[in-house]
Amino acid sequence: MKTLSQLKQLEAESIHIFRDAVSQAQNPILLYSIGKDSSVLVRLAQKAFFPGRLPFKLLHIDSTWKFREMIAFRDRFCAEQKLDLIVHSNEQGRADGVNPFDHGSRKYTDTMKTQALLQALKRGKYDVAFGGARRDEEKSRAKERVFSFRDKHQQWDPKNQRPELWNIYNARVNHEESVRVFPLSNWTETDVWQYIRIERIPIVPLYFAALRPVVERDGQWIMVDDGRMRLHAGERPVEKRVRFRTLGCYPLTGAIESDATTIEEIVAETLQVRVSERSTRVIDHDGDSSMEQKKREGYF
Amino acid sequence: MNDIGNFLNEHEHKNLLRFITCGSVDDGKSTLIGRLLYDSKLIYEDQLSSLQDASAKNGTTGAGEIDYALLLDGLKAEREQGITIDVAYRYFSTPQRKFIIADTPGHEQYTRNMATGASTANLAVILIDARYGVVTQTRRHAFIASLLGIRHLLVAVNKMDIGGYQEETFRAIRQAFSDFAQKLDIPDIRFVPISALKGTNVVARAPALTPWYAGPSLLELLEAIDVSQDLNLRDFRFPVQVVIRPDLNFRGFAGTVVSGTVKPGDQVRVLPSNKTSSVKRIVTSDGDLQEAFAPQAVTLELADEVDVSSGDMIVHDNDLPHVKDRFEAVVIWLGEAPLRAGSRYLVRHAGRFVKARVEALLYAVDVNTMEQKGAEELPLNGIGRVVIETTQPLYFDAYAENRATGSLVFVDPVSNGTVGAAMVTDSVFVDAGAPRVVSDAATLLRDHVERREFHWETGLVSARDRRIRNRHVGKAVIVTGTSAQAVQAFGKELELRLFLLNLNSYFLGFSSLSRGLASDVRGNRSEHDAQIQRLGELARILTDAGLIFITALPDLDAYTVDRLKVLNQPNELIVVGLGDAARIGVDAAITLDETEEIGPRVDAVLGFLADQRVIPEYCI
Repeated sequence: MKTLSQLKQLEAESIHIFRDAVSQAQNPILLYSIGKDSSVLVRLAQKAFFPGRLPFKLLHIDSTWKFREMIAFRDRFCAEQKLDLIVHSNEQGRADGVNPFDHGSRKYTDTMKTQALLQALKRGKYDVAFGGARRDEEKSRAKERVFSFRDKHQQWDPKNQRPELWNIYNARVNHEESVRVFPLSNWTETDVWQYIRIERIPIVPLYFAALRPVVERDGQWIMVDDGRMRLHAGERPVEKRVRFRTLGCYPLTGAIESDATTIEEIVAETLQVRVSERSTRVIDHDGDSSMEQKKREGYF
Repeated sequence: MNDIGNFLNEHEHKNLLRFITCGSVDDGKSTLIGRLLYDSKLIYEDQLSSLQDASAKNGTTGAGEIDYALLLDGLKAEREQGITIDVAYRYFSTPQRKFIIADTPGHEQYTRNMATGASTANLAVILIDARYGVVTQTRRHAFIASLLGIRHLLVAVNKMDIGGYQEETFRAIRQAFSDFAQKLDIPDIRFVPISALKGTNVVARAPALTPWYAGPSLLELLEAIDVSQDLNLRDFRFPVQVVIRPDLNFRGFAGTVVSGTVKPGDQVRVLPSNKTSSVKRIVTSDGDLQEAFAPQAVTLELADEVDVSSGDMIVHDNDLPHVKDRFEAVVIWLGEAPLRAGSRYLVRHAGRFVKARVEALLYAVDVNTMEQKGAEELPLNGIGRVVIETTQPLYFDAYAENRATGSLVFVDPVSNGTVGAAMVTDSVFVDAGAPRVVSDAATLLRDHVERREFHWETGLVSARDRRIRNRHVGKAVIVTGTSAQAVQAFGKELELRLFLLNLNSYFLGFSSLSRGLASDVRGNRSEHDAQIQRLGELARILTDAGLIFITALPDLDAYTVDRLKVLNQPNELIVVGLGDAARIGVDAAITLDETEEIGPRVDAVLGFLADQRVIPEYCI
């Protein structure tokens, strides 16, 4: 009997989604976050249009507070893979010196991530934007559509989402409206790791344990990535063997102590630790429904 | 680390089961799913700890116990209402299999959500509360599951603990459900007595509590049921999504094998062009394949230079789908505005959008009793059978044969929202040529015009383009009156005067029509009707071509004018009456005294045409 393994089925489904969205789009873009899910997303897009080039560019929203290793990886990865990359930052926010220390995580995230993303999407007039979100990441994402409709203010209204039956997707939009497309919707954390492993997909080294300078804040290890980090009185960075489960802005992303330097070791740790991955992102703890709130506002 | 490597490799090669869970608000569905996720050790620690906080706020179970249901509800509004109002997808795996659950609410209004969840599922778990047995909702869930083509049903009789695990209760419910299910087209139905709350027969068997039940646990069934036969691997269907042309040497057609299998060398046909070729290569980024089967996503290269575009379909030359622009389907309506016969939509089918019109609503189905009855419209969550007409033929198979090519969705052409889903059926009415539901000649004519306009193929020159170049609007003018001679003379004079103003006018005498275009119709009263029909069709064409089309018809009656007006749609018609208004049987737009000189009377009509902005004012 001919059957595809579950991972091959997921791969085929993601490729189908990429091609379907491109066949419906006037002006598509891929939202590239540098993280491991983005790496997988790019690989699937390359497979979908092989032996052609990607029929869209990558857009990275640089909050200006990303880990330095992320930016270095981004530039190397895009050069090696011959990807067209657009980098956008909120220049007004940068000029105003908006940062996570003085303005708090919520305001900072809104200005340097959400607003920056909205600016870039508006400027590019994109009608389809691919993203790497997965439904198993967080409770409010379990009901997210594969093709998620956004109004002309780029906002997500849970009551105004289109029914999605079979694998028939509807990307038709009116002027200034758009659709976010999530080809990895049905992938789990374990699927992503195994795919990276068997496909040898490059990921940012921060995912693997190494000695890094960190300080402890609210029960999380925060890495002192550059001179802009504000240390509290009496706070002194210590060298710890740590790694990151997710990547974001360094002052807001907690590291975990770990010795895992291979994917197998990371997965082994995940199975033992059983702490779901988003818990190390400070922004998710702004309240019980904080991710849903951010999504409504346009955050990814 | 070798263990983890093996674990990952095993994980990769598991097969996948997508299933749906249906139950009423109080059936314990969320508790069951929570337990499946929990017991299969995929609920991470921090989710549990945040859960224990939330349970204290609005949990409904006893103090100290975990409320599994709270694990699941994602959205704030729902959490406060305590009911789930949309489809949520959950993931878990066991060493045997990976599972995707479409968790759909059982609430009265949400047929839409259940249909959504069922559309991608191979199996449905139907929860029955042992205290209440088979209720209306149970029947509804089973019916929708069968409608969406689910072939495996797992009936979980829940809350067995409350009645002390009575075998009699379980047997009675199994019997009642089996009796009802004979009406459904579901070949594989299993029953298991459980308590989701206590975990009885959910993951592990509980022979101590249900010694009379020797079968597998719910999870064991989920792991074991074979769904590999559900996919159509017979009929090769390949909707082309994207044409890939990296350079002049390669032209590949990228898409998903939605059913069947394909090998290099296979003879194929491209729809709609009907060109034939053979498969040269099956290209993927991981190397060429010697065979591709559903649901693989590949790129086909053909042996010949055949014109293929996105939206076309490649099929085996000896196994063709239906190619039709008129067919029947069962519709589940998802939009707030009801579906009505005559409404126009876009349908999305096999990767393309096509304009469509619901020609007739044959009947509606009561989702609770499965009874069919006549209906004027289908409201949100309504289910019914319709005849659909499309501007271009679709390439489809009946849904029962092929889920991928037998399914489509309706899209509202204005809002772009997805407003309906349909499963194409083997036609009963369409093929039998059964009459459309029409009451009289007027309805028949309107229906004819609606269909004609729906299929009207426009060129690249628009009406506006013509208007700008011609400096006037295309228009049909009918001159009528009591004197045949007078109306003809007047029509010809009007044609001449317009022509002299450099406007495009054309006069057609009725005898020219009856001896020419309508010469094949003879006889009685219906002869006249047929001639009028030809005239109306001609007026529609010539008006569209931008002409001022003039004809003279003495003694016109209201019935004929109405017919001509309908036939000339979407354009309008101007009736000019000559003589005593009281003696002319119709409402003319302008009436002129017959005794006056012809010149000033034509001037009056030209003035009227300028007022109506048919011709520019500066002309006269």
